[in-house]
Amino acid sequence: MLGLGKKDTLLLLLVTALTLCAPFLLNPFPVNGGLAQFNAGYPDLMQRFVIFGIFAIGFNILFGLTGYLSFGHAAFLGAGSYAAVWMFKLLSMNVLPAILLSVVIAGIFALMIGYISLRRSGIYFSILTLAFAQMSFALAYSVLTPITNGETGLQVTLSDPRILGVTANADGSIPVTHLFGIEMRATEVLRMGAWEFQFSAGYYLCAVMMLLAFYLAIRIFRSPFGMMLRAVKSNQQRLYYTGVNARPYTLAAFVISGMYAGLAGGLLAAMDPLAGAERMQWTASGEVVLMTILGGAGTLIGPVLGAGVIKYFENIFSKLNENVLHGWFAFLPDGIEDVLVAVIYPFVGKGWHLTLGLMFMAVVIFLPGGLVEGGQRITRLFRRGRSPEAQRRRTPAE
Amino acid sequence: MTITRVTRRGLLRTGAVAGAGLALPTYLRAQESGFTNAPTGDTVTLGFNVPQTGPYADEGADELRAFELAVEHLNGGGDGGMLQTFSEKNLDGTGILGKRVEFVTGDTQTKSDAARAAAQSMIQKDGAIMISGGSSSGVAVAVQDLCQQAGVIFMAGLTHSNDTTGKDKKANGFRHFFNAYMSAAALAPVLESLYGTDRKAYHLTADYTWGWTQQESIQAATEALGWETVQNVLTPLAATDFSSYIAPVLQSGADVLVLNHYGGNMVNSLTNAVQFGLREAEANGKQFEIVVPLYSELMARGAGENIRGIPGSQNWDWKIENQLGDRYKGTNAFVKSFGEKYGFPPSQAAHTCYAQTLLYADAVTRAGSFNPCAVVEALEDFEFDGLGNGPTLYRGADHQCFKDVVVVRGKENPENEFDLVEIVEVTPTEAVTYDAEHPMFAGGNLGSCNPGA
Amino acid sequence: MEAIILQTLNGLDKGSAYALIALGLTLIFGTLGVVNFAHGALFMIGAFCAVTLQRILSASFVTLDETRTDFLGNPMKVETPYVEAWFGPELGGSIIEWSVPLAILFSIPIMAAIGIAMERGLIKHFYKRPHADQILVTFGLAIVLQEIVKHFYGANPIPTPAPDALTGSYDFGVLLGFDPNVIIYPYWRLVYFAFAALVIGAVFAFLQFTTFGMVVRAGMADRETVGLLGINIDRRFTIMFALAACVAGLAGVMYAPINSPNYHMGMDFLVLSFVVVVVGGMGSLPGAVLAGFLLGILESFASMTQVIALIPGINQIVIYVVAIIVLLTRPRGLMGRKGVMED
Repeated sequence: MLGLGKKDTLLLLLVTALTLCAPFLLNPFPVNGGLAQFNAGYPDLMQRFVIFGIFAIGFNILFGLTGYLSFGHAAFLGAGSYAAVWMFKLLSMNVLPAILLSVVIAGIFALMIGYISLRRSGIYFSILTLAFAQMSFALAYSVLTPITNGETGLQVTLSDPRILGVTANADGSIPVTHLFGIEMRATEVLRMGAWEFQFSAGYYLCAVMMLLAFYLAIRIFRSPFGMMLRAVKSNQQRLYYTGVNARPYTLAAFVISGMYAGLAGGLLAAMDPLAGAERMQWTASGEVVLMTILGGAGTLIGPVLGAGVIKYFENIFSKLNENVLHGWFAFLPDGIEDVLVAVIYPFVGKGWHLTLGLMFMAVVIFLPGGLVEGGQRITRLFRRGRSPEAQRRRTPAE
Repeated sequence: MTITRVTRRGLLRTGAVAGAGLALPTYLRAQESGFTNAPTGDTVTLGFNVPQTGPYADEGADELRAFELAVEHLNGGGDGGMLQTFSEKNLDGTGILGKRVEFVTGDTQTKSDAARAAAQSMIQKDGAIMISGGSSSGVAVAVQDLCQQAGVIFMAGLTHSNDTTGKDKKANGFRHFFNAYMSAAALAPVLESLYGTDRKAYHLTADYTWGWTQQESIQAATEALGWETVQNVLTPLAATDFSSYIAPVLQSGADVLVLNHYGGNMVNSLTNAVQFGLREAEANGKQFEIVVPLYSELMARGAGENIRGIPGSQNWDWKIENQLGDRYKGTNAFVKSFGEKYGFPPSQAAHTCYAQTLLYADAVTRAGSFNPCAVVEALEDFEFDGLGNGPTLYRGADHQCFKDVVVVRGKENPENEFDLVEIVEVTPTEAVTYDAEHPMFAGGNLGSCNPGA
Repeated sequence: MEAIILQTLNGLDKGSAYALIALGLTLIFGTLGVVNFAHGALFMIGAFCAVTLQRILSASFVTLDETRTDFLGNPMKVETPYVEAWFGPELGGSIIEWSVPLAILFSIPIMAAIGIAMERGLIKHFYKRPHADQILVTFGLAIVLQEIVKHFYGANPIPTPAPDALTGSYDFGVLLGFDPNVIIYPYWRLVYFAFAALVIGAVFAFLQFTTFGMVVRAGMADRETVGLLGINIDRRFTIMFALAACVAGLAGVMYAPINSPNYHMGMDFLVLSFVVVVVGGMGSLPGAVLAGFLLGILESFASMTQVIALIPGINQIVIYVVAIIVLLTRPRGLMGRKGVMED
């Protein structure tokens, strides 16, 4: 189907089903129950899951296939965000032109940086991309403030021109981002018994974008171009000796992954019209590297999983405070309750970084192929009893 | 489930029953009630968004302590703190409008993006009706903008940039903390009496929006005294070692160094300046002086002995009622309940967060509604007293509080790590009040209040 | 002229810190082939060794002074450090004051132990793993180490002053024939520079003049052959890692009085130290040291007002601009060797 093999079609269908049902799947706990803290099915976080999923998928096209480790991909995400917000300020609040421009700008930016950085390989390449991204961040934070609004971040205001839209609504409020009239923040709430599910227009736009991005990534992985990129990873020298110049291929991969990052940046701005310089900082570039490795570099679904896990920790674990813990364990005798809270508290709330760090270490120590490998091991465990043949036939992750 | 500590057991039981049987939402979306997250049950949820990781984590922790204390007092726990001294007597310890106050917390990481994500989750997931906290202006402006769009009230925590209630002011956002202009206006007369009118100032300024507004304000105020500005050097935010910026100061002909830095930047630049002997140096036949326009207790602690004798300004200080009397009543009540609960005196960040929570609760009570537009109306041009700063006005034109500003100086012989500054003087409100259309604040537009519907 | 001399001094001083960190990082890169993102954390732990020793030395007992009251109206608690009680306020006071130099001795065994534990417990298993895995695991470790320190010491910087005898500054200008007060430089920064020179010298001497060092250098040049010769390279790797940890730790200890240590100071240096190492050239120890000083000096020059007036914002990006220029003109950095971390 759609030019995909049977396995890829299945994977795509699975991802589609998961993405479309995410509002249900991510809110498994009743709203008033103690475990509601673990619900992630609210629009902002769901949007972040898929947006950073796009970012990581794009990054993986470069890193997973060619092995070139870019440490400056956040620069493209940031450039995309700035481009989108400028479109909102100057043109209209419709997200489509904004997203298009953010992809284009990020692509051009990636072409420039990639053209220079790809003259070197290995860690020299990583440091070049890092240097460009850090320069972008430092300049966006300070000297380029007229364009980026510096520390505060670029926002839409009541005095923007917006030639094709309105400067301000009739009631004096700032217009909201929309897709031909469908407001991105529009959310339908479905209440079923003790459960509550939120369906946000913005989320579904992001979800559709991610599915397109995912489909495109599968096609790239399976194409001759993808094979060439893998050849670059396995042995660039040999490629060179056979008379193939690898540079145009790697540059194309770099630009494509930069455009993915730009798309992610544009979507971030479309969901929430703000573009901050921190989006370009090395920590942000590092985050996407971590997402990809955590999920499983070079696999199709891994980066998306990695993005989800990291964003989940950032948004859910950081909100567990002492009171929440006391709430959970309130049924226990006071002494035991306090001990339990004292034991768990350092790992959540203000200590969520600690849990994240421990998880990085645990995954890379016990699951060398990332989370995808964890999934494979579990599947294998289930299959073991049934068919000895399936056990022998070890399929690659993607 | 978000439960305040005071009565968490009782509530858990009710919560469990509600969860199992009835499916009554505790808040309603804007479409259903006319405004975002209208509380329907017997509780109301506030969102406290403070830095819990990163360099400002300790300041965030102190803010969180103050929020917890405020919630305890609103719910009738503890000794009531500033509820007793507050000039409005609407809050009686039964929560807000009879609904018990619960809260959720989030981590801003001192990054606009993360702060907005945390605030979004409080609004979209936990049904928070008000967001408060934060310890930097970038975050405050970003979250204020978000709250405006989402239709909830934002009660800013520590944010000192002129822009928060100037260029970037929003109808749904309110700031109790003072700002860069006020710092400069308050410091100017004190600097004049300390160091005279014939001075040459050298500025080191953090190269981002807050730093610029701070520098612009203090330059204008000191030049009005007759001071000359020799040089203004912008330093990168990421700088940790300021030696290369400090070293040329002495040769520049300046005799005062103004450090427009905050947080880790300020600790490091001040430490470096003292290392280079600037505090002992003489220039132009005068003693060389260092000024740090915005002080914070935590920065003072980080800089240690280096802050001795160095003047700066604060929004509030925990010693103010003891030293300057009844005008600042409320201070001692707050210090007592904070100190008894946590064992040390509160910082100005804690104070502003506590005051903001009370002000919000009182405004809701006076308005008789949680509707953000009603709250905005109740807070605009609201005059109050008894929250530790003396008589205060919440100006309607820009949602900025106007009150006395404390000028402090690093103590020569501090008795402990909480007693690092001494109050030099208090500059009265009139001296720090400015026109809402002042050029340093121009270009913004409050817009209209947004209830989210 | 004075300004240039002054900024050169600043650059040398900044460069000492960069060079020390980069040196340790290169030792690990070059010998072990491991990308160690936890190296900044080792630097941070070094600085907290100084903080810890300061805390230990000023461990106090509490007496109540009924004549004074604290802020809540209770009797004032007066803390007297044990050392002051034992040795008298004079001697006790100066012992506490000298805690940073004393921490050098204190930190060496601690850093070595941490280094050995890290290598044996974790890094050892990652020699054959892809660099990406090394990055993830050491980054995770760095976060964990940071958070542990934050748990015990908080996020706020902790003032760790140098001994009184070494505070204040030295008037260089007079020595060079300038007017007084023109070129003055803090004693402690001069001490830091001298200390860095000493440590760098010691590491080079160790590698140059000992059999152990010779084997390690051989291992850096050609690991496989050395292994084939039947030399047990494993134990040497452990020692090299411990040595690198000590170098990072010592850089941290001595840095504590320059800037009050905080739990994330390692992350602040991490990116920079990688840039330094790569500009110096992968696997080259002299390259790392050279690049450290070079970038330190250039960074100092870029922050001169005259330079900023010429190119606004240059002080924000100078390090990265230099890195890009160097890497584009010299493919393997200043003194890099072919084939190290190029794939």
